[in-house]
Amino acid sequence: MKKDALTARKAGLIACSVCHLLCPAAPPERTAGAAKCPRCGAALHSRKPDSIARTWALVIAACIFYIPANVLPMTTVTSLGMVQSDTIMSGVIYFIQSGSWPIALVIFIASIFVPLVKLFILGYLLVSVQRRSHYRPKDRTRLYLITEAVGRWSMLDIFVVTILVALVNLGALATIQAGPAALHFAAVVVITMVAAMSFDPRLIWDAKEKMHE
Amino acid sequence: MSAGHMMACHDCDLLQHIPSVPEGSMALCRRCGALLIKNKPKSFQRSLALLFAAVILFVMFNAFPFLTFKKGGLEHQTHVITGIRQLADQGMEALAALVAINLLIVPGLHLLASLYVLVPVSLNRKAPGMFRVFRYLRLIQPWHMVEIFMLGVLVSLVKLAKMAQIVPGVAVYSLTAFIFIMAAASAAVDPHEVWERWEGPR
Repeated sequence: MKKDALTARKAGLIACSVCHLLCPAAPPERTAGAAKCPRCGAALHSRKPDSIARTWALVIAACIFYIPANVLPMTTVTSLGMVQSDTIMSGVIYFIQSGSWPIALVIFIASIFVPLVKLFILGYLLVSVQRRSHYRPKDRTRLYLITEAVGRWSMLDIFVVTILVALVNLGALATIQAGPAALHFAAVVVITMVAAMSFDPRLIWDAKEKMHE
Repeated sequence: MSAGHMMACHDCDLLQHIPSVPEGSMALCRRCGALLIKNKPKSFQRSLALLFAAVILFVMFNAFPFLTFKKGGLEHQTHVITGIRQLADQGMEALAALVAINLLIVPGLHLLASLYVLVPVSLNRKAPGMFRVFRYLRLIQPWHMVEIFMLGVLVSLVKLAKMAQIVPGVAVYSLTAFIFIMAAASAAVDPHEVWERWEGPR
């Protein structure tokens, strides 16, 4: 089965990326205008367009935003004239020191670990596809699916800031303001989510077919 | 369900023949193991009942008080929308918009679009453009983040525990119920059961 695996592309078909309907691929000279899926109206592509270039661009953009997101303050607390700024990491350290290490762990994983690991995994998948690697395609596909599913949980810290800002708003007594890092961090989360969506896992399997040709 | 059809795996593009999938079982890709089709029993009725409950809960968590900050004689009540408004007041309009999209707009659209597609389908009818609406529904789903917000509530409660007493209101309980009900409603229907209603290009 491995040797003569027939993909939709080889059979001259395109599977709609949203509803999975199999559609005949248009002849190459007519592909200028994007064909639409007759069932759900999604644009039809045998592989996501410019998947590698787009994903690289988004990964690099997210890497850039990752720095101010971690260096600048996430929240600024003003309490009786005292001003204290917290970055993502100092928030984690606060939770460790106050003894609630499960919460510290949750924030560390969602805000620091997951975005970073996600960027590394996407980078690795891109390099492996560009080098036409044949290394464990099934596991690489799974790695991609996990990366895509987990990324949204990084929004956690943004929601925490939203709730803190709403609750601690007591005029001169105490207020919490969202810091500039919040915006950069939100950008990291949104951009990495879009990056994962623009990567096409079918490219992982294409290397395998080229080998048998 | 038809006697079987051809299908290409979304994750590795392998073309394969899918035999008819009996109720309660599923089909996996031969090559990469990704889930292709899952046939669930009584899916539309179950999903619709849950969606109607979710509509009520959606209204409740927006209308009722969310968290109340208490310290000494001081009391500060908030709603779900308060934080979004506060972010906008602090000059973070983009962030406020993002939170509003993830927390209110997408979940609201998710409900409306699900009802628009599933009510006619369960009556064996078709609504105009329902396959298009169902596609939008698939596209917005990753941006529905109510359950992540709930984890944020827990973190905030721990963070403020030493500073003041935080009293959860009706909205907190409605939001929790909304999360479980929406998850159950989405899990009840396999999208292929909707896609299969399509009878070919007109």
